[in-house]
Order: sequence, then structure tokens, then C-alpha cells
Amino acid sequence: MEIRLIDIRKHFGPVKANDGITLTVPAGTIQGILGENGAGKSTLMKILSGYQHADAGRIELDGRPVHMRSPADAIRHGVGMLHQDPLDFPPMRVVDNLLIGAPGRLIPQRREAVSAVAGLAGSLGLSIDLKAEVGSLTVGERQQLELLRLLWLGARVLILDEPTTGISARQRQELFDTLRRLAAQGKTILFVSHKLEEVEELCTRVAVLRQGRLVGEALPPFRVERLVGMMFEREVTPGERFACTPGKTLLRLAGLGAEHGRIRLEGLDLEVKAGETIGLAGMEGSGQSLLLQTCAGLRPVTHGRIYLDGADLTGKTYRQFKKRGVAYVPATRLEEGLIPGLSLADHFLLTENKPGFFINRERGRRTAEERIARFNIKGTPTSPVESLSGGNQQRALLALVEPGSKLMLLEHPTRGLDVESVIYLWSKLKERCGRGEAIIFTSSDLDELLRYSDRILVFFAGRVSEPLDAATTTVDELGELIGGASRSGDPVDAVSAWPGGDGRAPDDAGCHASGAPENGDA
Amino acid sequence: MDGATLVIGLAGVLTAAAPLVVATIGETFAERAGVINLSVNGTILLSAMGSFVVAVSTGSLVLAFIAGALIGALVALIVAFGSITLRQSQVAIGFVLTLFCRDLSYFLGNPFMGEKGPMLSVHPIPLLEDIPVLGTMFFKQDVMTYFSFVLIAGAWWWIFRTRPGLVLRAVGERPEAAFARGARVKLVRYAYTTLGGALVGLAGPMYSLSVKAGWKGTISGLDGLGWIVLAIVIFGAWNPVRVALGAYLFGLLQWLSVVLQPHLQGIPSQVLQVAPFPLMILTLLFVNIGNAEWVERVLAALPERPRKAVARAIRALRVVQPRSLGVPFEQD
Repeated sequence: MEIRLIDIRKHFGPVKANDGITLTVPAGTIQGILGENGAGKSTLMKILSGYQHADAGRIELDGRPVHMRSPADAIRHGVGMLHQDPLDFPPMRVVDNLLIGAPGRLIPQRREAVSAVAGLAGSLGLSIDLKAEVGSLTVGERQQLELLRLLWLGARVLILDEPTTGISARQRQELFDTLRRLAAQGKTILFVSHKLEEVEELCTRVAVLRQGRLVGEALPPFRVERLVGMMFEREVTPGERFACTPGKTLLRLAGLGAEHGRIRLEGLDLEVKAGETIGLAGMEGSGQSLLLQTCAGLRPVTHGRIYLDGADLTGKTYRQFKKRGVAYVPATRLEEGLIPGLSLADHFLLTENKPGFFINRERGRRTAEERIARFNIKGTPTSPVESLSGGNQQRALLALVEPGSKLMLLEHPTRGLDVESVIYLWSKLKERCGRGEAIIFTSSDLDELLRYSDRILVFFAGRVSEPLDAATTTVDELGELIGGASRSGDPVDAVSAWPGGDGRAPDDAGCHASGAPENGDA
Repeated sequence: MDGATLVIGLAGVLTAAAPLVVATIGETFAERAGVINLSVNGTILLSAMGSFVVAVSTGSLVLAFIAGALIGALVALIVAFGSITLRQSQVAIGFVLTLFCRDLSYFLGNPFMGEKGPMLSVHPIPLLEDIPVLGTMFFKQDVMTYFSFVLIAGAWWWIFRTRPGLVLRAVGERPEAAFARGARVKLVRYAYTTLGGALVGLAGPMYSLSVKAGWKGTISGLDGLGWIVLAIVIFGAWNPVRVALGAYLFGLLQWLSVVLQPHLQGIPSQVLQVAPFPLMILTLLFVNIGNAEWVERVLAALPERPRKAVARAIRALRVVQPRSLGVPFEQD
């Protein structure tokens, strides 16, 4: 189905989210929609899929003008949207989830729905357990399920909003293969992303948005510098690898063991030197977060010992870890990191830990102003944190880490941020390394791991590799290790976690709802 | 106690628990849609008083029950308007309404205190009533008790087997996703909150015209039951069948506290009277035992077979509340 968006306009207050966008997408294409955070990609897609109404402009499908009043209306016209966090019902059975919103009689025909969707899945080479509960599936599987549901309902246009966030590398490959197959069948795919390499790999056309306007289109082969130039109005270069001069041993793990749910770490030995950055690689939920949380004193140590600066911290509480300079920054910004409703100044007052009963608002405002300037946060001391954009929330979280910490434990510090913010954040983090702080972080971005780590630990199927030297490891090597290959013989038997390791792992990162609905969506 | 007395006693439990069954299923509908109607306690009192007055004045039981349902629906409509349209706190609205309705029922019911009103009569079902044991328990009841039996099955079938029931669950679980699938979230919430209120309203006359016939103001013995209803809905995991079992359990405990009184001379009667309430709380805790971390640990130590069986049992008992319960829906 051919899509024509004509002069789409939408503003929220004074902000022009879409400022007259005209775009034609021919049938059978995989159209990339690129743009940094806040460029208007999501708004445009929400208008096309009926979630929001344009202030002005028209939408034509196959030359026919259409008016989408609601998402349900859009799917009747053949337009379906796959959200970053799948809009499904985790505690329900897959079949019930499929039937919600599907037309039909009073008593739903469960068996027919299942066989139809199973047939669709088979034709696309996907395999989903249709008898399972939605919550027991991984984010990647839930995405596949949504995709199948939309196709089952007759979608001919599929919009995918940042679909690769939080899914494994293998699932990403499956997704891309499926999308290519669908495009070959004449379906039109709109792929929204800020990850250039994904757009490069998958898309057959690219449109770049900036500040609510369409600033350019491109056909393959794409020139990355040109796309980046269009996105940011200037060239952004990631800069050189940072070299570190490791100091004395800061953190020492001796035969560390820990467990949470079905994930278990055993006999892990590691020494982290001052100024060093350690990257934790691996499929989501292979124990990386458990290691971070154990090092932060948030989860009990079952075996072995943790030493910080020579002092034995085994069995001490989170408060004591914190007092000795361990800072933990969780992945979910608004759930665990920041407190919605409180302003930036309130946050700094809350963390400063000064004695006294009354708070000094003036001091809070001054601290906030100083940190806002230093961390380049777009906001004021009185801005509630939830009003900040994702990138600014992340900067605020890091600004909250008191200067003078020794060890920073970061969970997906740059997830969902655009290239420019990533570079800025790391330059700030590396400054701190220069002052002798050490960093341990998790990431699912291989380039990020290789560029910013000094050493990398790979978590796979219940094992942790020996530390790899990031400077001499290539992306392909790292990818293979994460996928289960071993480098120079067997990985050292340091950790045993859940059995299997097929990507259907229990997850400690809260990234997919593993059975328990309370940790459903982020 | 001989067999016949026991059967009659149990039949009495079914009758006495019927209003609780109807009210809990009504509240289940509302909460499945995402709205907590906390006004249940006040609603039951107000509809008990209101329908008793209607019955005394008109002599018509049918009109009395219609009045009860209308009162319940009207109170629920206030909760719905406040929480769905005005997006105010459901807890605050429900709480204030429950206190208001209670005092209003005592005030307005004052002139009718102690009057003699009509009562629901038993309508045995021919042939079925002759079945031994079961006939006496299930088929020698009044119309509203039969209604409560039908309601349990009907509500379960509606919620878990029909398409509108699926939409109802979707709306209470994740309204934004339900909206994306074409559900009219606010309409669904209004409809089920009002329907639920009407059912809660029927519980009133079931007390004042049958189970605890008459209106005796503050000593009617109805104050507090509404809170039990709210607890049973949680214990019953928002499932009509489990909710009904909870109501029957409470009825049974109340009956036992009366029957056992002569045999337990050492225990003050007041203790026996209030015993059903803490026992309900203990049951609630027991049902949710699977949520505790130490249980998981104990389970892990068990051998494979019993572990799986126990885990399955705990999972079946576990209560998972509709995720958007009490959360207003904003559509952007």
C-alpha cells in the first residue's frame, strides 16, 4: 500500500512537533524514519496510526484520502503500529490477547484464531508458543506476537517504533528477516529509529526529520556522514578511544556468588582498578544486572567476598556501600532512578545527605543550577523530572551521583539516547575516570562496549568469560562471544546461571515481564 | 447434630451468603473494569433501608428490589462520574460516599424502625427439591438465592468466555492498549461500575427483606459487611467463582460461630461473633503465600515432583490484581 502524508502539522502548545511534513512511501518499501530524540518521528507515526490527530494535513492510502479517528480505525484501513513497549496484556493467555479488539461474534472462535495466527507465523518462519501467557514471553517474542496480530487483522502498513530496544541480537536478526519478507509481499514498512547502523542494514529508503520538518531523503547506498549531518545539522564524530591509566585496585571480587530468581552467579574473581571502565556484555538477563546490584550491596552475597579499597564489604547494606563511594544508576530512569513529581532541585536536596531538619531551598537551587550547567541539562531547578526528555533525565541521574564517588555501576546508561547525547555522557563519565573513579556498566550496544570499556566481561548461558581487552577485540568477535562462541578454547568456568540460555531467559533487568505482572512495562 | 439439621443448616448458609455473593460479584465487575467502588458498605445499608421502606409502603417486593438496584446504581454512578469523568481519586470518593450513605440510611430510615415488612418466601423447585441432601440445600430456596446461583455461573461465563468479557478484562488491565484495540474505555468503565453498583444494591433488600428481615437502624447488623465484600473480591482474585466461594466461606464461619456457641462455653460469645473477620484475613494471607520470597526458597529445596505440584497449587491460588485498578485513564 502506498502512503502519502501531505503537509502534516501538529503542535503541542508552542512546540511544533510536526511542521508541515510531506512524505510519500511507495508500496513494498522499508522506509527508515531517522531523527534524534524530539525530532517529531513519533508524533508523525502516531498521526498515521490514529493515536493522535493532526492539526492540519491529509493522509492518502493508495491514492484514497483517509481519516484515522482512532488506532482501531487505522487498523481497519490497514495501518498497524508496533510500539516500543508492546501494547499487549501480559497476564493473559496469548490467544485472549489476540482476540481483544478482533471483530466477531459474542463467543470468540479461539481455535480458529490460533490456527490462523499459527499459519501466519509458520509462513514467516516465526515460532511462538500460542498457549503461553503473554507475560512469560520475551520482549522480542511479544513484538513478534504483535506483528502477527496486526497482520492477522489485515495490516498492510506496519509502523515499528524503535523496535530493537531491549531485544537480543538474534531476535533482531529474526525481526529484520521477517520485515524483508513482508516487504517482498508488498507490505509497506515504516521503521523508526535513531540507530544509524540498523537503518543502513535494513531500509530501502530513508527520510530524516529534524525539529518537526523533513530535512532530507536518501536511497542506498547510504552515506553515514551525510545522514548524521542531516540529523544534527553538523557532523558529530565519536572521538578517539579513551585510554586509561589504571591505578591501584579499587574493587576486588573473590569467588563471588549471588542469586536472584533463576539467575545465579558463582565463583567470580575480578579486580577493577581505579580509572578503569569494565563493560558487561551478553544477552539481556544473563546475570549482568545481578552482578551490578550485588556490587552495589542491593543483593545478598551468597559466596565469596567483596572488597572495596581493601575493606571487606561482604554482607554490608546498600547504605554502607553508598557511604564508601559506590554509586548505582539503574536502567529504568523514572521507575527506579528519579522520583516523578519532584523537581531537579528537590532531587539534589534529597541526595546531598546534609545534617539538619530543615531543608535549605536556596542551597538546593544553587546546587541544581551548578549541576544543570555542568551536565548540560535542558531544564530549570524547578522543572519536575518527568517533564525532561529521556536524554536529559539520564544526564540528571548522572548529575545526582555525588562527586567523590569511587565506583559507578551503570545499567544501560545510554539506552534510548541519540548519538549526540551518548557522546556527551561518555565524555563526562570519562572525565570522572580521569579523576580515579572506576565504572562498571552494562550495554546491549556492541560499539559502545568496545569504544568505552577498557575490559569486557561476556555473560553467556551461565558463564562469564575472562576479561577481554576491548582495544584488541572486534565487533564480530564480541558478537560471536555473546552468541555463544568461545575465544581461544573454553571460557573460564566462572559463573553458572539459569540452564539453557536460548534468549528465553528469566530477566533481572525488568525489560520484559517475566511472569510477574507488577514489573510489566517500563 | 443429626444429618437433617446439618443439611438445613448448610442450606441456611447458602441463603445467608447469597447477598454477599451478589454484592461481591457486582464489585468484581466494577473492579475488573478498573474502578474500585469503595462505597459498598454504605450502599448496602442505604439500599436495605430504601427498599424496606418501599416494601412497607407499597407492599410490592418486586418494586422494593428494583428500588434497591436503582439506589446501588445511582451511588455507583457518582463514583463513576467522579473517577472516570472528573478523574478524581476513587478511594476518596468511595470512602466519603460510604460514610454518607450509612448515616443517610440511619437518618431516613428512622421513622420505619422496627416496622414489620413483607418477606421473601421459599419457592421449592418441583422434582429437583426431592433429590436427597442437594434438593434441600439448592432447590428449596427463595428467588434471590436462585438468582445468586445463576449469577455466579453467568458472570464467570461472561467474563472469561465472551468477547465483551475479554474487553472488560482488557480495560481493567491496560486501558491504553485496550483503547488501541478499539475498546471504548470510558463507556465500558461507566457501564460495569453502574451494573456492579446495581448488584451491590440488590444485596440490601436481600438482607432487609429476607436474611436479616426488617430495619432496625444501627443495630440492623449490616454495618461492616460491605468491607468484607471488598476483601472477598481481592481474596477471590476477581474471579466470580472464587469470589462466591469466599462469600460462602464467610457465611459458613458466621454460621459455625453461632452453632458452636453452646459447645464452647469457655469462650465469650463476643469472640465467636467477631472470629469470622480475623479468620477471613488469615485466609487472605494464606492464599497469597506464594508471593513471599521464603516460600520460593523452601520450594526450591523440594524434590522435582512435589515441587511442581505445590508450585502449581500456589500459582493457582495466587492473586494478580487488574493492573489498572484505581488508575484513571487519560487518552491523549
